[in-house]
This record gives sequence, structure tokens and C-alpha cells, in this order.
Amino acid sequence: MAVCRSTTAISLSRNPNFSTTNPKPSLSFLSPPCLKLPSILPSFKPLTSQSPPDQRLSIPRATAADSATPTTTSTTFFHGHCYVVGDNIDTDQIIPAEYLTLVPSKPDEYEKLGSYALIGLPATYKTRFIEANQTKTKYSIVIGGENFGCGSSREHAPVALGAAGVAAVVAESYARIFFRNSVATGEIYPLESEVRICEECKTGDLITIELMESKLINHTSGKEYKLKPIGDAGPHHDFSFWGCAVLLRILWTCQEATRLSFLILTINFLYQ
Amino acid sequence: MASSTISPPSASFIVKKKELGRSAFSSSSSPSPFSVPKCNKSAAKKIVSAMAPQQAERMPATTGSVKTAMTLTEKIFARASEKPQLSPGDNVWVNVDTLMTHDISGPGSIGIFKREFGPDAKVWDREKVVIIPDHYIFTADKLANRNVDILRDFCNDQNIKYFYDIKDLGNFKANPDYKGVCHVALAQEGHCRPGEVLLGTDSHTCTAGAFGQFATGIGNTDAGFVLGTGKLLLKVPPTLKFIMDGEMPDYLLAKDLILQIIGEISVAGATYKSMEFAGTTVESLTMEERMTLCNMVIEAGGKNGVVPADSTTFKYLEDKTTIPYEPVYSDAQARFLTEYRFDITKLEPLVAKPHSPDNRALARECKDVKIDRVYIGSCTGGKTEDFMAVAKVFLASGKKVKVPTFLVPATRKVWMDLYTLPVPGSGGKTCSQIFEEAGCDTPASPTCGACMGGPRDTYARMNKAVVSQFFLYRPAYLSNTLFHLHIVCSWSWLEALEHSLW
Repeated sequence: MAVCRSTTAISLSRNPNFSTTNPKPSLSFLSPPCLKLPSILPSFKPLTSQSPPDQRLSIPRATAADSATPTTTSTTFFHGHCYVVGDNIDTDQIIPAEYLTLVPSKPDEYEKLGSYALIGLPATYKTRFIEANQTKTKYSIVIGGENFGCGSSREHAPVALGAAGVAAVVAESYARIFFRNSVATGEIYPLESEVRICEECKTGDLITIELMESKLINHTSGKEYKLKPIGDAGPHHDFSFWGCAVLLRILWTCQEATRLSFLILTINFLYQ
Repeated sequence: MASSTISPPSASFIVKKKELGRSAFSSSSSPSPFSVPKCNKSAAKKIVSAMAPQQAERMPATTGSVKTAMTLTEKIFARASEKPQLSPGDNVWVNVDTLMTHDISGPGSIGIFKREFGPDAKVWDREKVVIIPDHYIFTADKLANRNVDILRDFCNDQNIKYFYDIKDLGNFKANPDYKGVCHVALAQEGHCRPGEVLLGTDSHTCTAGAFGQFATGIGNTDAGFVLGTGKLLLKVPPTLKFIMDGEMPDYLLAKDLILQIIGEISVAGATYKSMEFAGTTVESLTMEERMTLCNMVIEAGGKNGVVPADSTTFKYLEDKTTIPYEPVYSDAQARFLTEYRFDITKLEPLVAKPHSPDNRALARECKDVKIDRVYIGSCTGGKTEDFMAVAKVFLASGKKVKVPTFLVPATRKVWMDLYTLPVPGSGGKTCSQIFEEAGCDTPASPTCGACMGGPRDTYARMNKAVVSQFFLYRPAYLSNTLFHLHIVCSWSWLEALEHSLW
């Protein structure tokens, strides 16, 4: 079965000046049930910098790590513990510069990057993101404030989070390059909240994110929150070349990351 | 008229005009599409297509009756995407004129390029890729050194024209090609040209906007894609306009201007937007000062920064590039998201206090802050003019420093300038002599150095968290939380802090 990295698009609301709250009408067929097109190609390589494809099933992926409640993910929801951070979390906090000698496209160094994710957070964060002597996090969801991922253009930032086991980040807003890198790599879903969830959730809370309903449920506090619609970022499966070509044409007016991702898929096919 | 279809304008109008000769643009009044015009070239033998006579080329910069006015950035996008008209929010495929990468992101980008385009794939244009090792260079770290080797192997395979290699780490001068900090090297080597699109795997790629081009930072995956195709999908940003008027007082530097702006709009104030700098003050700035301005656009979250090209730009480029370029300018009626106006004569020297570039404060409010160490360097603060300003302060003071003072020139050229250029008013002394007399550390090998943190043995790196450590003239952005407290400021502030430093 052809497996496609499902973060091939972005939340529509990322640009406050040009956002729409409704997905573009031409894309409605992309929302569930997932689009299935005649499969001309049996498979293609996902555009990620990860360990071998057979270790990656449908995205979002399940996190490893010890947890009393196993984290689970499917194509339409995430379920796991959250780690809460504040505003302006910069790329140096996400992955300090001294670890940038690690090259994300090398599988063993990719894993090492993951083990250092969020190690740059100041000491005011009492709970470690990754336990000592562990390489994966038990928190599959990161909840942040404004301007998440600001600072450097280093793609190592979303890669480190993804490699550590994060499936999604829910922030009030994102820095541009981090958002784009998240979508380009497919490492994490960059979701946006409507309110400051970072002030209402605590690290360790059990969370469910329902992608298609644009909803975040905090089971620990019992509260629900609306997220900005995932829009084009819905998971996709079973892509064929012709599907890509058709979608490229239809999506010509869409957000830049969607088109980028689809073109990458097409180029990927052409150059296989 | 011309007997071949006239292709749409591409990145270099000038080149295109030469190729088509007079035929493409000469006779706007030619009645018949089949008439063969007078031409320096031999008359074409075959009519390939018939079309209406070409109107005289309407240069976006000069026409007074454009349908919808565009800003400078929008025009660059329009030309790069071969579209006549664009608006902010449009997603377009742009042709990339130059792609830059370095030792931090280069290996990852190369890995993605090979994985997606094939191990034997060739880059789209071996002359448009510029590879500049600069970040983690003078270190014993094996991975850091290996990363430069990866760049070298790739450049050899691909026959990349511009690779500023380094092999002898003990003596940077022994490496004929090595330059230093990528953003300063790009400018000094003539890779920045008005009207072009420059992408780099580094957030401070926006520095090149000082030359009136679109320059922004991208990640490894985007870069891998550009390596293979020479294009990238980008969204046209709206533009914020910053008009700065008034004569620049000699106690201010460009850093004060951009700190003023970032303090005004915050670290996310320009997210997804272009920042255009205009006004009489901007026009009076040198190229290096304009680079300082554009460099910190990313600190405000900006997508890119631009300073319209003018005679200062053209003069700077005279001896640096022979590739033709064509600047563009915002139309008079172009729409800007917001306009900010500053009277520079009313500004004072500023600092950015811990822990954010937008934590703006007046320098004089911080004059009682005790300083523990000083680092002068980086893409934003390590250029020749920056060191000149430093030297003048030392000269005026005549005293020795009380705290460790580290000097890291951005590039080989800056390093040379420190040792050769006389400082005005010093009676012929060079910067290096003045620094030595003041008791500073010897100027180090050109590199990004401790700005990024880097491996533990990086020169001037702080390797433990210490409260009350201050980091003057701090490079562009916070790179390491071990730098507990740091201040970003321009050197002129130190004149107010004499009692603390000396």
C-alpha cells in the first residue's frame, strides 16, 4: 500500500492577513473520507529524513517511550500526554546549536537529534521533555504559545521534535520558517489554537486531538478547545502520479506548502 | 515583426534584449506581423508564429500607468515567476538566481537532494549554487570537520563553481578560497544583485535584501528541492514600510535603527511580511549599514527586508560582479500593509536587554549595568565599518579594557582591513594596533564563531551558565541559553559606559 506522509499541507490560518477560516471549496474532497485515486504507482518514497519506511506506518506515528497511558495515533486523531511551553520558543531551545553538527538525513544522526529535543529550555521548566538516559519523549503533543519556532531556519528543529516522538504541536502562532519546515519535512503537524491553550493545560495532561473536527480535548481537565481548521493538512493515502498531477492542477490556488509538497511528490515519482 | 515567439520576460531583461536584437522591441507601429525588420542579425528564414506587434517593453519601474501598483518585493516575485501581475497572498513558483548553503545545513540539504533526485543527479545550475563553510570551522569536533568534507565531496562531484573551501584549520590564510561568514562573503564576492532572488539555508540570508533583492532563509528540504529544480514555491508577502528621515547623528549606527524598529513591532511583528526601508536616512547609509538593517529583519519575524538599490549600491557592485542586473522599485501607488515613520534625529543609542531582541531599552538607562565580557563579531556586527566604529571609541578613550574583549572579524577581507586600513583621526594607526593597545584579544580567524555557540572548543564560547555575564554587541540572535544574560547594542553605546568598561 502506498503510504504517504500526510502532512502535505498546512493549516489555512497561518497567515493572519490572508487567512480564511474555511478550507477552499476545491479542496473539500480531501477531507475525510480520504481521497482514493486509481493507483498507477504501487508506492513512492515519502519525503522525509527518517529511518527506513517500514518502521513508519501511517502518519501521525505512535510515540515510543514509557507511559502509563500508551500514546496512540491514527490518521485522524492524536492521543497522548502533552508538554506545555510558553511564548517565543526559539530554535535554540528546541535544538541547541552545538548539536547541529548532526546531519538529519543520516538515520543514526536523525535519532540522536531527537534525543536532544527541547534540551535547550531554561531551568524554569522543571519537567524534562526527555528523561535522562532516554532517547524518546513520552509527550507526543507539544502545546505552545505565540511565535513557536522563532529564530533560526534550521530544519533540525522540527526534525528533532519529530525524531523524539512528537506527532503534533499546538501553538497560538508560528514563526514562518519553522512552520514551512514542519510541513516540508512532514515531521510534525503544526496546528493552531484559537485561544491560549498553553495557559490552560499542564505538562502531563492527557490530550486527544481530533484533526477533522478541529478539536482538542484535555481529558485531565475535562475541557475542550477549538483548533483552527486543519484544512489542507488532512492525511492523504494511496497517491498515484495522476492523482498528484490532477491535484496539482486543482490546488494551483492553494497555500504554498501544499503545492510544494505535491510537487515534491510528483518530482519524486518522476525521478524514481 | 519578430519571426519567432517572443518569450516572456525572464530574470534578466538585459540579456534577453541582447539575444533578440532589435527585432523584438523596435517597431511598435509595424502593421504586419510578417514584416521582417531591420536587424543586425540575418533575417530569419522561417515564420514560427504570428502575433500582434510587440508593444514597446513596459518596464515596471518606469511606466506611469500600471494597472495595479506593486511593491519592490512584489515586482521581484512577478519577474521571478514570469507573471505580469501579483498580489500578496499569491503562491507562485519563482526561479531562483542564487542558492547559498553552509556547513550546518549543507550536508542535510545535499542528503535530501540525493535521496529525492537520485544519487547521480546534477544540480540545476553549477554556477548558481554558492557553498560557504563558515559556522563550525576552527574546531577539533570530528562531525563539524566531516561536514565540511561532505560539502567538498559534493562540490567536486558537481563541479560547483563557488565553493569557498578550507582545509588548513591552523592558518585560515593558507586557504586561498576560504572567506568566512556567508552573508558578508556573499556581498563581498558579488553574489548579491538588485532584483534577483537569493535563497539560503540560514535565517540571516535576509541580509542580502540590502542590495534590493529578495533574500530569505529556507530549510534543508526546500534547499534540496531548489538544488534539483532551481525553483521554489513561495507566497508573495505583503510589505511593511519603514520610512526613516533625518540626518544620522554620529552617535547612532544602523543597529540602533533596527533595534528601534524591532522594539516597535516585536519579534513577531513582521512574520510572513516583507520589510521595506526607505527615507533620507536609509539613502545615506553605506552598504554595510544597510546589511546590518536587513540582517535583523528575521529578528522581527520578517520574511525578507529590502533597501531600494541606488548609486551607493551600484558603486559597491562595480568591482564585484559583471553579471547584469536590473533593479526594481516600488510603484508610487503601491499598497503597503502599514507605514512607520521615524525621525532619526530624535533617536538615542539603544540596547536589547535579555532575553529578546525586542526587549528594547535606552542605552543611558543601562549605564550602571556591569559588563563582564565583550564579543564583537557575527554577520550583523563583524564587518569592517563595525570594527572601525569600535576603534574610534577606543581611540577617544585612550584607556585599556577591564574585561575580556573578543574580536572575530566576519570574513577574510574584514580581517585584512583590520590590519591594513588606517583609522581616521588616529595618525595612521590600524584597527588592530588600536585594539592591541587597548588590551583586546588578538582578532581571531574569520567565522561565525561563538555567535552560534557551536562545539565546546569554539573561540570565546561561554561554556557555563553564569549570572551577570554581559555580552555586548551581541550577534544577531540568541543562540544559546547558556548565555544567561546578554545585551545587543551598537558600539556607540559604550561611550556612555566608559566608567564600566575601562
